[in-house]
Amino acid sequence: MVSALDRKLLRDLLRLWAQVLAIAAVLACGVMVLVLGTGTRASLEASRAQYYDRQRFGDVFVTATRAPETLLPEIAAIEGVARISPRIVTQALLDLPGVTEPVSASVLSLPASGAAPVLNAPLLRAGRLPDPSHPEEVALYAPFAEARGLAPGARFFAVIEGQRRELVVTGHVLSPEYIYTIGPGAMMPDDALFGVLWLGHTAAAAATDMDGAFNSLSVSLSRGASEPGVIAALDHLLAPYGGTGAHGRADQVSHAFLQSELEQLGAMALILPPIFLTVSAFLVNMVLGRLIALERPQIGLLKAVGYTTRAIAAHYLKLALGIGLVGIVIGWVAGWYLGAAMTRMYTQFFRLPWLIYAPSSWPFAVSAVLALVTVATGAGRAVAGSVRLPPAVAMQPPAPPLFRRGWADAIGAGLGLRQTTMMILRSITRWPGRAAVTLFGVAASVAVLIASFFTYDAMELMVDEIFTKANRQNVTLMLAQPENDRAVADARALPGVIVAEGALSLPVRLHNGPRAELTTLTAHPAQVTLSRLIDDQGRAVSLPDHGLVLPEGLARKLALAPGDRVRVEGLSPPRETWEIPLAATIRQTLGQEAHIAAPALAALMRQAPQVNRINLRVDPAQMPALQAAVKATPAIAGLADLARTQEQFTATINENLAISTVIYSALGMLITMGVVYNAARIQLSERSHELASLRVLGFRRAEVGYVLVGELMVLTLAALPLGWAAGYGFAALVVQGFSTDVVALPLVVQRRTFGWASLIVAATALGAALLVRRRLDRIDIVQALKARD
Amino acid sequence: MSDPVLRCENITRIYRTGAVEVQALRGVTMRLDAGEMVVLLGASGSGKSTLLNILGALDTPTSGRVFFGDTELTRAPDRELTRFRREHVGFVFQFYNLMPALTARENVALVTEIAADPMRPEEALERVGLGHRLHHFPAELSGGEQQRVAIARAIAKRPELLLCDEPTGALDSATGVTVLEALTQVNSDLGTATAIITHNVGIQAIAHRVIHIADGRIARETINEVRIPPSEVTW
Repeated sequence: MVSALDRKLLRDLLRLWAQVLAIAAVLACGVMVLVLGTGTRASLEASRAQYYDRQRFGDVFVTATRAPETLLPEIAAIEGVARISPRIVTQALLDLPGVTEPVSASVLSLPASGAAPVLNAPLLRAGRLPDPSHPEEVALYAPFAEARGLAPGARFFAVIEGQRRELVVTGHVLSPEYIYTIGPGAMMPDDALFGVLWLGHTAAAAATDMDGAFNSLSVSLSRGASEPGVIAALDHLLAPYGGTGAHGRADQVSHAFLQSELEQLGAMALILPPIFLTVSAFLVNMVLGRLIALERPQIGLLKAVGYTTRAIAAHYLKLALGIGLVGIVIGWVAGWYLGAAMTRMYTQFFRLPWLIYAPSSWPFAVSAVLALVTVATGAGRAVAGSVRLPPAVAMQPPAPPLFRRGWADAIGAGLGLRQTTMMILRSITRWPGRAAVTLFGVAASVAVLIASFFTYDAMELMVDEIFTKANRQNVTLMLAQPENDRAVADARALPGVIVAEGALSLPVRLHNGPRAELTTLTAHPAQVTLSRLIDDQGRAVSLPDHGLVLPEGLARKLALAPGDRVRVEGLSPPRETWEIPLAATIRQTLGQEAHIAAPALAALMRQAPQVNRINLRVDPAQMPALQAAVKATPAIAGLADLARTQEQFTATINENLAISTVIYSALGMLITMGVVYNAARIQLSERSHELASLRVLGFRRAEVGYVLVGELMVLTLAALPLGWAAGYGFAALVVQGFSTDVVALPLVVQRRTFGWASLIVAATALGAALLVRRRLDRIDIVQALKARD
Repeated sequence: MSDPVLRCENITRIYRTGAVEVQALRGVTMRLDAGEMVVLLGASGSGKSTLLNILGALDTPTSGRVFFGDTELTRAPDRELTRFRREHVGFVFQFYNLMPALTARENVALVTEIAADPMRPEEALERVGLGHRLHHFPAELSGGEQQRVAIARAIAKRPELLLCDEPTGALDSATGVTVLEALTQVNSDLGTATAIITHNVGIQAIAHRVIHIADGRIARETINEVRIPPSEVTW
């Protein structure tokens, strides 16, 4: 049996549906983001965990130049090592039928037994794995095979270790090592230009002259093992064989990218919901406060007939919780639906064989509790203040508002404002709390929009830095081995090459006492014009003749300051360790690499300067000729076409940003809509008598509308600067929350971002206010006047 | 007799609320002449407020016609009616209908700012004896003072027509007298045709003409050969 009060509750909710929905929508945003962020993260983590588990993804990875298989028992005996999986890895240039550009690939050997590898087992998606007795057979990384239309049975040519050979595709596979696949020297995945080949062990050993040896090893750890301990032992054992430094999953490219994405999702679920929840708490307070004020006589009556204060308070609290429930349901459904859509979207970038969309129940529970606490808190003060009134007082209409002269008068007199404008200003000063809610809500909208839109600015800056300021080459050639300076001269002779400059990148581990970081040391030639070092102000940094230059972030991790000496452990032959002073740190938007002048590194290595990548400025018209020449040069392991990369980079970013911009704009607009619509409805309900009086006095509809809409627009405009400041701070938070070792967003907010955010919010506020103004137009003057009389 | 400022012919007004139909006016024909002060006298529910609302273009009759000079208000669109109220009519209500956010002077300025040839707000307030209360908010004024601000606001635009709905209804008799004095003063000084609605029989003595309304009709009409000043009115 539903009690009379509960019936009233349901009818109130239905009667106030527009306002209830406006608040519930804001609340739902908070619930949705929480469910969406944590749900998507949990789903991706669950999918990844299952994938890693089934395909036995390694824990520690190491490469060497050539290590004998006789070393394996010693490695297996390292304390903490559970299983080991050695293999041969090399690079190949592929010559695909009808494809002009050189396509590069990693070649991985499969065990000689023909069984799946102990660790990092590829997952067959089509066809079969290669037969160990057929050296021409390969399995292809499925997305690459699909991008190039290489079905099982297809044939193509590959140059492996300088030998051109024909290969036949037996099947398509996915691998836990390649959830996110990026070619060497590339900036982003390109399934058409970089592939992975799995080849029988015998064929791989023959091609690389690695019979009885391996150059890549994955290790799984036993429970409770110390990863740093195993890494140190591996490095010790492999050092004589050109080991390049073992690393854990954190430095495995695919894992690191996916991990950084998961961390960003976590950050989103942490940063956004509090904003929406706070705004909805204020909205509930505002709307309930007004409802209770309107229902004062009813409250008095209820008390007079014997309802307890507690029962009446519970009634209004239930109303707030009702709004909360509507918000929770909308938020859950939207969060679930969008979470599934977002998880699907991730399959574009992360090649997981399956997706388990199974968000755990806790985000739902937590978001519901948070939402209910939010509305209850919002309702608290409004309810507490009013239900305590004695019945006789409650049944009287509330005392008329008392206005006082204040700053509004000084402004009004100074500017000679019209009386309708004075009404607006005095209303704001008379109810500063309510004005503050509107101000705060609108500012929050602006902040959300700025924090979303600024990513365009950040990306634009990144694109400008990467493709205009830092990298002025349009092609980078990756060499199979470091070569001396002559290689640069040879490259200059390739078709279409206008400028050629070499660089040497070496894997190193930097040490400062107990601190160590794995990174790349790049030696830049003097007078570099193509691939330059750029600081966060976009200025080219010229390297000192001696000493290291580190990005600030890396220096901070190692607790280094300029002048300190850094121990640099070379992880590729000749595997020397140098003590180099840190000459300077630079603020860098991109990259966490160490830099040194080429002559300085050559002097340390006591050898003539070497290069393993060559940056080229090429006449675009001659690109096909260059590509053909590169294909025929075995010393070149790969070619990166920067124009193509920029195109893909921009397209991917634009697509992703378009989606997120639409979502965040909607969220930002919802806050403004919720705040302004409710404020306008409350104003209309409180002031209908006053506004009708203006109509009686001969004011036109537009002039009366001005009083209602004007106040909200004044507050909206006043909220903009507040929103700009909050938006900038919010953007800084996003930069902090979303920046990882892999991606570092620069904090840059352009004026147009402030402009757009302001324009969208102001237009939404105007729309919301005008929606209520239409109600004002429909007000019956005589009825409105009678309401008081 | 001078030309009528306002006249209505055979107006009726029926309110429908759900299935219930209430006939508030049942064919009223009357006129209001320039400079004239008319009291519309009737009991509660007799239809006098409805009549005043229709005369002031706040409401439209179900049938019948209302003319302001030669202009027929009953055919005019909403915009015309707004212009009529803005330029030609002053209203005074029982509960003052002042803007609580504006001071006395500003409440009057609210109207003078949109009028064609208004008097200064200060002048209007001086006419009703409130020259010393210019900067007080309504909440700081007594009921009588608030009503006099409402009168100042109504007359500041120099309207041809002043329509007052129970102007003393919320006041004690002494305060009511000050309000009526302000109204008669304005009527004689500015020649504004004034209609006062009241259920207070005593007030009829200050008018030139009294229209008695009962049950939605004009029951009778009397002319006061001798008017008495408000100070002598008792109730």
